[in-house]
Amino acid sequence: MQIIQPHYHAIARTAQDYERMAMSGVVAVAEPAFWAGFDRRYPETFIDYFRQISEFEPTRAAQYGIRHFSWVAVNPKEAENASLTREVLKHFPEFFAKPTVLGVGETGLHKSTKNECDSLEAHVDIAMKHGQLVLIHTPHLADKAHGTKRVLEVLAGMNVDRERIWIDHVEEQTIRPCLDAGYWVGFTLYPITKCSPKRAVDMLEKYGTDRILVNSSADWGPSDPFTLQECVVEYRRRGHSLQEAIEVFHNNPCRFLGQNPKFDIQPIRVETLAREPVSA
Amino acid sequence: MLSASQVAENYFLESRHMLLEVAAHFDRYDAAAARESGGIVNGRTASGQGGTGSMGRLREAAAILAAPHADRERTVALLELFAKD
Repeated sequence: MQIIQPHYHAIARTAQDYERMAMSGVVAVAEPAFWAGFDRRYPETFIDYFRQISEFEPTRAAQYGIRHFSWVAVNPKEAENASLTREVLKHFPEFFAKPTVLGVGETGLHKSTKNECDSLEAHVDIAMKHGQLVLIHTPHLADKAHGTKRVLEVLAGMNVDRERIWIDHVEEQTIRPCLDAGYWVGFTLYPITKCSPKRAVDMLEKYGTDRILVNSSADWGPSDPFTLQECVVEYRRRGHSLQEAIEVFHNNPCRFLGQNPKFDIQPIRVETLAREPVSA
Repeated sequence: MLSASQVAENYFLESRHMLLEVAAHFDRYDAAAARESGGIVNGRTASGQGGTGSMGRLREAAAILAAPHADRERTVALLELFAKD
């Protein structure tokens, strides 16, 4: 089965992950800009990072037949440095022109401070002005519900195209308001700290599959890109058809990411061929 | 050996994860039971009243875990519970 991994931090992973993903049906990954594990101090550090994910990483993925796309952002954890954020934002348009950059992400909130909210608004604003997609990170664990509410409040005060915004890391307590407001949502599968494959399938069964993306994120922390395949298996073993699985794990990413014409992978449909007569 | 506070902190996320999986199991059961009965999905009824079979065993296990004091190791109590026919 063909799978698209819409949120994947490839620079933190080995080539062996690419190889195994290719062997298990992954045809494309999209890499949002991420926190490096420490707070970066210089705009140039971000610029080189964006070059790495928009220029170099596609070549590494291509060795395994995987298409690689990316996003640019100052991570919410670094948004407290407002002057740094402003400097980095100035460089976004030059990356929007790159052939595999899909938009702005992952922006969002971590502790939901004023500086973080200002940064989120600035990120969404520049994305909308340049016709880009947006990927929004919502906080982890105890800050999840409050942070998601603040994300929705910030967006509600802006003139945005909601179908071009994906609110990620939703869980059972945050999915409904995001879907009801008209945004796309993402489930992020983590071994311990976020959603599990079984819980993701529970939510797919409860809320349907429209405007829902599933990803494993997979970064430098405890994470596993193959939780996505675990989720596919869990979905199928509950009796959902191959086409239904393709709709969730391949076609929905095509529908959301394909709003940017650079993402040219098309939705697919399985077809059963008529038996051919056996020749004598 | 770890201190009590270290034990609490070191294994918190792992236990949180496992409890969420159990909670999701109960919700999944309730949703399936509601579908089968043609009723509305209600996460506080079916598993709550379903005191028999494997779901009933899990409810008993959850009660053992929720008790503030244990007269023996909870692991032993649960293994004995799950060993019942």
